[in-house]
Amino acid sequence: MANEKELQGMIDSTPIMKDYADIESASLPEYQIDSKIPEGPVADKWTNYKAHQKLVNPANKRLLDIIVVGTGLAGASAASTLAEMGFNVLNFCIQDSPRRAHSIAAQGGINAAKNYQNDGDSVYRLFYDTVKGGDFRAREANVYRLAEVSNNIIDQCVQQGVPFAREYGGLLANRSFGGAQVSRTFYAKGQTGQQLLLGAYASLNRQIQKGKVKSYNRREMLDLVLIDGRARGIIVRNLINGEIERYAAHAVVLATGGYGRAFFLSTNAMGCNGSAAIQAFKKGAYLSNLAFTQIHPTCIPVHGEDQSKLTLMSESLRNDGRIWVPKKKEDAEAIRAGKKKPTDIPDEDRDFYLERRYPAFGNLCPRDIASRAAKERCDAGYGVGTGNAVYLDFKYAIARDGEKAIRDRYGNLFDMYQMISDDNPYETPMMIFPASHYTMGGIWVDYELQTSIKGLFAIGECNFSDHGGNRLGASALMQGLADGYFVLPYTMQNYLSDQIKVPHFSTDSKEFDEAEKGVRARIERLMNIKGTKSPDQLHKKLGHIMWEYVGMGRTLQGLVHAIAEIDKLHDEFYKDLRVVGRADDLNLELEKALRLEDFIVMAKMMAIDALHRNESCGAHFREEYQTADGEAARNDKDYMYVSCWKYTGEDKKPVLLKEKLEYTAIKVQTRNYKS
Amino acid sequence: MEHLINVNLKIWRQRGPKEKGAFATYRVENVSTGSSFLEMLDMLNQQLVEKGEEPVAFDSDCREGICGMCSLYINGHPHGPVQGITTCQLHMRKFKNEDVITIEPWRSAGFPVIRDLMVDRNAFDKIQQAGGYVSFNCGGAPDANATPISKEVADMAMDSATCIGCGACVAACKNGSAMLFVSAKVSQFALLPQGQVERARRARAMVAKMDELGFGNCTNTGACAAECPKSISLSNIARLNREYLCAKIKE
Repeated sequence: MANEKELQGMIDSTPIMKDYADIESASLPEYQIDSKIPEGPVADKWTNYKAHQKLVNPANKRLLDIIVVGTGLAGASAASTLAEMGFNVLNFCIQDSPRRAHSIAAQGGINAAKNYQNDGDSVYRLFYDTVKGGDFRAREANVYRLAEVSNNIIDQCVQQGVPFAREYGGLLANRSFGGAQVSRTFYAKGQTGQQLLLGAYASLNRQIQKGKVKSYNRREMLDLVLIDGRARGIIVRNLINGEIERYAAHAVVLATGGYGRAFFLSTNAMGCNGSAAIQAFKKGAYLSNLAFTQIHPTCIPVHGEDQSKLTLMSESLRNDGRIWVPKKKEDAEAIRAGKKKPTDIPDEDRDFYLERRYPAFGNLCPRDIASRAAKERCDAGYGVGTGNAVYLDFKYAIARDGEKAIRDRYGNLFDMYQMISDDNPYETPMMIFPASHYTMGGIWVDYELQTSIKGLFAIGECNFSDHGGNRLGASALMQGLADGYFVLPYTMQNYLSDQIKVPHFSTDSKEFDEAEKGVRARIERLMNIKGTKSPDQLHKKLGHIMWEYVGMGRTLQGLVHAIAEIDKLHDEFYKDLRVVGRADDLNLELEKALRLEDFIVMAKMMAIDALHRNESCGAHFREEYQTADGEAARNDKDYMYVSCWKYTGEDKKPVLLKEKLEYTAIKVQTRNYKS
Repeated sequence: MEHLINVNLKIWRQRGPKEKGAFATYRVENVSTGSSFLEMLDMLNQQLVEKGEEPVAFDSDCREGICGMCSLYINGHPHGPVQGITTCQLHMRKFKNEDVITIEPWRSAGFPVIRDLMVDRNAFDKIQQAGGYVSFNCGGAPDANATPISKEVADMAMDSATCIGCGACVAACKNGSAMLFVSAKVSQFALLPQGQVERARRARAMVAKMDELGFGNCTNTGACAAECPKSISLSNIARLNREYLCAKIKE
């Protein structure tokens, strides 16, 4: 390790970044990106926008086609709502049914500023908590709008028949989540994502039945088609028979989720991928804030090399569970050796480190902070299990409220835990450890959720917009549904209002020909490598690099090393990949190979973004930048902006552009969850 | 504690819906009992790929028991021998060293085989499209607390809504009936005030679509509920029968 002075010298010298990215253009002029934020005070912006935006009349809506890729909360809600308004929607998913999109796995809940609990909540407070939780790297105007429409979402979902939890009086129940001091989270047992998605799926089904949405399942987008600089279609691969298909429309919406599986092991579903984002990137859409990847603190620890995914234990458990590790190293060692059990450790020998370090928020501090604190204890030698685990203990809640109350609240989560770990969490504490869970970064969008490509929109997790450096619990569902039900359906009209004279597009054009040719060439290239390594083997390698060097704690040397390793893996991929089977057929290995090819590009961009951001901020923790007591040292002077990476060609350096972040309705301050 | 075991697999392999299938036998060694069943199949597929053979096609996505994508008939049970879980939640500690494990796809007229263990469950979507919703447009909903719903009713609706649409009920049924699946959705809406307006129409439309798509009749054997990974109760079928009868009388 370099001494502090040397390190500072390395960090300060731009030549390192110059090896990987072209940041020259970023300094002249300083901020080039226009995010089209409406005029006026933050609380009036959305109202003003809606009052003055252009609309498309009902007769003309029938003339316009919109492609929506993805059927999660954002995709399904957007597809159904656009169809309800009268547009013709083509909706795609890679699964066998729209209902299986990974939003379904969200457990804990959805936030809204209803203030049903009379505990001082308001639109402003939800906005404030979200901007603060995101460590002042989210766009203020977007977050305010998100908080504003949050209440409409709950109304919408209840009317759909979503069976939210209720009190005995018949009104809706709430619970608290990390990063908030109010109870604003609505939930349906530990299956909130499932119920909200089934609500959106129901609305979608109504439109499919009416013929306003055409639903294409088991189809994977492989390229975006531009005509005269506007997004006008997509090329997809039919996953059942391998056929390459073309679809055209007046606008294209990506609702394709996050890129968390760049880490291989994550809480994401097996099929989650970042490919649509990479295709958009290569066609001119900027990728933003990729370094902001959320590592969720409460997941079931890794058990071995053959593991395919990690399972989340909902953050809601932190309402009643207390997180601890042994205070004495010898106790931790004895537990790891199997000589002691957690229940043998008396209370006075337990270190409730979150309560100790963050008295005001305790076990409910935000995810990035809880994850890093767990890593800190484990790195210091206090971890349990394999050494990479901490305890989440319900003994105290059971003593306080009784086992039945805990079973009612978390029964299905406890069962899930027991099924996987073979331990009974009613009797012994759960073991948890952080895992890749959500990506705050993603495709850059303006206030209208439009990307830097005209007519290409990005909604839900696949855009970068609302969570800044860190997302608060129960806010992903809120953002996905806000974008799909209440934001995009408005802003889409503003875009399409001058497109009403443009006739339906034919897919018989040179642009589609070229795009399809490119896709076929890409597939052929992978099929013909005929090496020795399966896509999964190479993906696991990528995951190790990412977790080790681009995970919870990042350093300049580590990131430089990661980029070199990713480049090596890139070469290995094209030399030694093996895809069995045929291209013009159902081929699960080819699907994995295509996704991995894009993950390699994404991974390098993540590392570059992390390397360029010389500060610790939200989920991005650069070990060089921390305070004396180990907290993140943010650098607002130099980095209060959204990084926007522009593609310049294969094997060429990306260009960094910047969108300046300004806060008018909230005082920029250091995040404090201690007092 | 976890340890390593070897297992012998008898797996149904079938190229396509119209082609003839057959069992193939495989052996997977050194599987950790801490691994999931699907991770064991991943290991098998890795072996096959290394030999240049095509891997066994099976569906899975979330791998935490909620998306409903995974299926598999394992040793004569949909989602395997353990009740109340999906295949992806099944762990190898439930098997012994040198066990022979038979793995088949869902077998039902309603779910044609796509390849090997992968089946087409599109019929389930079509049934939902026939009426599994409350008809209203986004933006028009009243305040969420405007209509109180008793906790008992909300909890019952939640229990019905828990269905993950995996199709185990159909696979388990000797008649290939989809009654448990349909009844869960009909019940959810029949219980809630928001579902009342379209209550009769919904029951009629969803049952008609189910019949049209070739699912069998219900003879109350209860295999569906016994094998359901989400423990959806048979009482939903009783409710559907009542709903359907009332709807028909109204007609």
